[in-house]
Order: sequence, then structure tokens, then C-alpha cells
Amino acid sequence: MAQWTLASTREAYGKALLELGREDPRIVVLGADLNKSTQTVHFAKAFPERFFDVGIAEANMMSIAAGLASAGKIPFCSTFTVFGVCRAYDQLRISIAQPALNVKVVCSHAGIITGEDGMSAHGIEDLALVLALPTFTVVAPCDAPETVSAVRAIARHPGPCYMRVYRPATPVVHTNGSPFVLGKAEVLRPGTDATIIACGSMVPWALEAALLLDGQGISCRVVNVHTLRPLDEDAILRCARETGAIVTAEEHLVYGGLGALVAQTLARTCPVPVEMVGLTRYAESGTPQHLLEKYGLTPRHIAQAVQRAVARKG
Amino acid sequence: MATTAGSKVASPWPQVTPTPLYQPNGRPDIPTLERIARIIRRDIVQMTALAGSGHPGGSLSAVEILVTLYFCVMRHNPSDPSWPDRDRFILSKAHACPVLYAVLARCGYFPVEELATFRRINSRLQGHAHIMTPGVEFSGGSLGQGLSFGIGCALAGRLDNRPYRVYVLLGDGECDEGQVWEGAMAASHYKVDNLTVILDRNRIQNDRFTSEAMELEPLAEKWRAFGWAVQEVDGHSFPALLDALEGARQVKGRPSIIIAHTVKGRGVSFMENNPDFHGRAPTPQELAQALKELGDEG
Repeated sequence: MAQWTLASTREAYGKALLELGREDPRIVVLGADLNKSTQTVHFAKAFPERFFDVGIAEANMMSIAAGLASAGKIPFCSTFTVFGVCRAYDQLRISIAQPALNVKVVCSHAGIITGEDGMSAHGIEDLALVLALPTFTVVAPCDAPETVSAVRAIARHPGPCYMRVYRPATPVVHTNGSPFVLGKAEVLRPGTDATIIACGSMVPWALEAALLLDGQGISCRVVNVHTLRPLDEDAILRCARETGAIVTAEEHLVYGGLGALVAQTLARTCPVPVEMVGLTRYAESGTPQHLLEKYGLTPRHIAQAVQRAVARKG
Repeated sequence: MATTAGSKVASPWPQVTPTPLYQPNGRPDIPTLERIARIIRRDIVQMTALAGSGHPGGSLSAVEILVTLYFCVMRHNPSDPSWPDRDRFILSKAHACPVLYAVLARCGYFPVEELATFRRINSRLQGHAHIMTPGVEFSGGSLGQGLSFGIGCALAGRLDNRPYRVYVLLGDGECDEGQVWEGAMAASHYKVDNLTVILDRNRIQNDRFTSEAMELEPLAEKWRAFGWAVQEVDGHSFPALLDALEGARQVKGRPSIIIAHTVKGRGVSFMENNPDFHGRAPTPQELAQALKELGDEG
């Protein structure tokens, strides 16, 4: 594996939220007894009057946030993805999505790299579930710098927004700052034979896969789709037309996540071979590295998927 | 193409909007309030009959509660529904929207004749309350969320030093939902005293009597145990509701709840205390009978 500098996306979130709190008095933050883990504790210390810990009651948190938003506040709700999305899904739907209120849901501990806590703690359904709520903007930043940019972007963007971050520190892709624009895919690496479309924690592995493929004579483009809604369909179609094969990579179930979105887009206008790297089952306890290896989410697995996609090109 | 639902019933509302009954700076006397309640009840049965569906029972039980709030107690402006200092009414039991729509229309939030569009395509009057309707604060339809939402509104008002009060109407069957008790704990923990809950204790939920579906008693003791100031009143008595709402306003440092004992389907003999009319509209024949019993508008 390449040498990466590691940084924590949830710490980046916590710091960005603190800065936002200084700049905009409308920002309020809600937590559900996981404020150290989600890093909202920094905001809580600086602005105790604008911070509401509701205890272990995620449903209550989401509906309270909706009420705050209806009265002009910009609430950020944070807990783990499995609780914020799965536990409080009805509240996301009724209290937030249907009236399209200006609530920001930022959940940590996404993906299987949450690790040793096991399958109950692995947030691998969140993107599909939130994407099923049509008024939600959905963002999955790929590293700490992009997380900072994304937090600022969703705070400015009116309406419901969802963002996921991770428990362990992850590789820093944007060592010279993040050019994040909400809804605009970012081409990280040029290539002509295939495109890897990745989001979140899979983006650095996609870059490593492209390096592996260089050695095999396959020129592979890498695109970071940090915004799943609104999806940059133009960028995806351009990659399909120009490289003729697409591989998606996400630390999420392949059911209803990035791969499904990309395939849906391509099927309509530019059906090229698509391979999906993602999860198809629940994982288990283990270290992040052991889990990524066992469940097929490493650079090697992505590179193999690219080979399959390229082999299918007509 | 099928005919529109309920098309056998003609719209009873005039095409020319009557003068709103709401007087911003006046408090109607009791006979006037009773007349308004009668008009609202007529609107509810006609609206649901015309739509061919809807929830008349839990709308009729809450008539005096909403009339007291909107015509006597709340500071609100029908011509400026988003006035930041307005008092907020949250209909957590959002299926009872016929009573809310009738009250909003009679206050002047939108034309009374629009009540004829209830539950129809392209209408602003959805089958469950949604904020697309002028004056509706909360989109519901899945029970248990309105108290939490009201807490959010109340906390925002407190942060901004705004003078408004938040009123949340809960159903009694709705209290089966765990989130109600999450909200009850949180309101107490955060000492949300610019919030009043009115609980429509009509003793019937969708399938059957609340005592059969899930025993709620001792209900007042439960709320007291959660740290709330509790009052119990006759939910069809204007003087009792006015007293209780004023009493709730005086409570400082904790939230207050008024358990309003009501009769589901109140005002129409065959709907009263009848679980069948939780979620069923009157037939044209039943409508005629209901209107006869309710008496005319004057």
C-alpha cells in the first residue's frame, strides 16, 4: 500500500462545526449521548446554550431539530449512522424530508471500518436509506479536508442534508486543500480505458487501484463523487463515453448506494459495462484492515473489477 | 374515468368567501364560541363526506380545543402566517386535520370554499396535515413526532427571546408511541415552559377503545412523574379550557399539559363514542342526519 497521511473525518467535522458556530448564530447542534465520538463536544463546550443533548433518543432528536429549523435555526444532528438513519428513519421522513426542513444530519461511524464493534455498528445502509428520501442532499466526503468543505457547503445549502464520516483516521487525498463544489464530481486522475467512480473512504483505494492497473497497461481514470444527490450525471456520462467502462466503489451495500445510482444513470443514455465494488452482506467484528480484505474492499479488489469491466467492453 | 370521490355530495360552501369569524383583538363571548364550534363541526362532517374519506371522529372531539386556541388564546395573524412572533399550534395527531383546516379557513388563512378540495388532487388540503397549507406549522401523519417538533419550536423561541408560545395537540392513542415519552422527558429536562400540550382524551384509537388497545392509565400520574404540570378538564367546556390554558401559561420552569376529556365524534349522536368513525367519512345519508343534529350555522 502507498504511504498516506492519515486524518480523522469526524475530528474535521467537529472542528468545522465549531468554526461555523462562531460565524453563524443560527447554527445549533443536537446530540444523542455520543458527542465525544461524533466530535460535537467542541461545539457543545463553546456554545452550551446552542447545544442540546437529548440522551439516547434519536427519534426525538430529529423531530426537535425539525422544530428548530421551522423557527429559523440551522440544526446539525449527530450520532452514529446506524442510529441517526436506521433508528430515526421515520423521523427523517416525516419530520424533515416531507416538509423539506433545513436540518443537517451528520453521522459518524459509517462503513465497516468502524471495525471491532461488529455488524450492528457498521453503517452500510445509510446512503440507500437517505437517498430514498427525495428532498435530502446526500454527501460522502472522501477525506478530512473535503469534510471541512462539505460541512460548510451543506450549512449554506437550504433544505435537508445528510453527510457521513468515519471512526478511524483515513488517508488524506487532498493534501493541497479541497476544491469541493456540492454536486460536482471531482476528477482526481486522468485515464482512458476505464473510470473508477468512488465515494468516501473508497476514494484513496481507487487511486491505489489505478496505480496497480498502470503496471498492467490499463489507463484508469478516478473520479470522486462526493455528492450522491444531486448526482453529477453529466460527469458520469462523460466518463462512460470517454472510457467505455465504469467501476463503482463504495463502503456501503451495493443495494441502493453509489453503484446503483451510477448504473441507473448510465442505463438510460449510455449503457457501458459497469462493475460494482461494495458490500453484499453484513460483516463482523475485526480490524478495519482485516474487514476490508475479507469483504472485498481493497485496491486489489477494485483493480480486479476494472479488469472485468474492461474485458466486457465491446 | 371514475367520478371524483364523494361527488354525490355537492359543495356546501359559497363561492364568495364569508367574512372571517376571527377577530384579532377581540375575545368572543361563550355563545359566539359555541356558534363557531357548531360551524366548525358542520365543516368537518361536510368536508369528510365530500371527500368520501378522512377522520371525523378525532376532529369532532377537538373542536372546542382548537376554537379556544385560535379564537381566544393564540396570538396569530391569518394574513401573515409566517409572522416570527406568532404562537404556534402543532397538530401532532395530523389525521385530525379536518378540524384544523376548518378553523384556519374560518380564521381567514384561506378561502372557506377551498375546504371542498380536501383530499383531492392538486389541493393544498392534504389527507394528513402538511405545511403546504397556509397556517399549518407541522407536517405529520406518523404519530408521536409533534411533541418533539414543538419542543424544537419552543427552544428556538427561547434562544431568540421571542415571546411566542407553542401549543401541541396530542391524541391519547398517540401516547402509545415511545417518542411521546422521549419528548416528555426532554421538555422537562430542558424546562421548556413556553410549551403547552393539550391531550385529546377521547378514549378511542383506530381499532378500538384505548383501554383495550393499550392501557394508558394512570395517564395524569405518568405525565406528573415526567415532571409536567398537569391539569384535567372537560375538553368541550370553553370556560374550563380558557382557565386551564391561562393556568398553563402561569407555570414557570417546567412544561404543562392539559388532559382534555372529550367525546370522540362529539355533536353527532351516531358518531359519538363510536370507534367506527375514527377513520370513516359519513355517507350522504349520514351527513344529512349529522347536519340536522348539529343545527344550522346561525
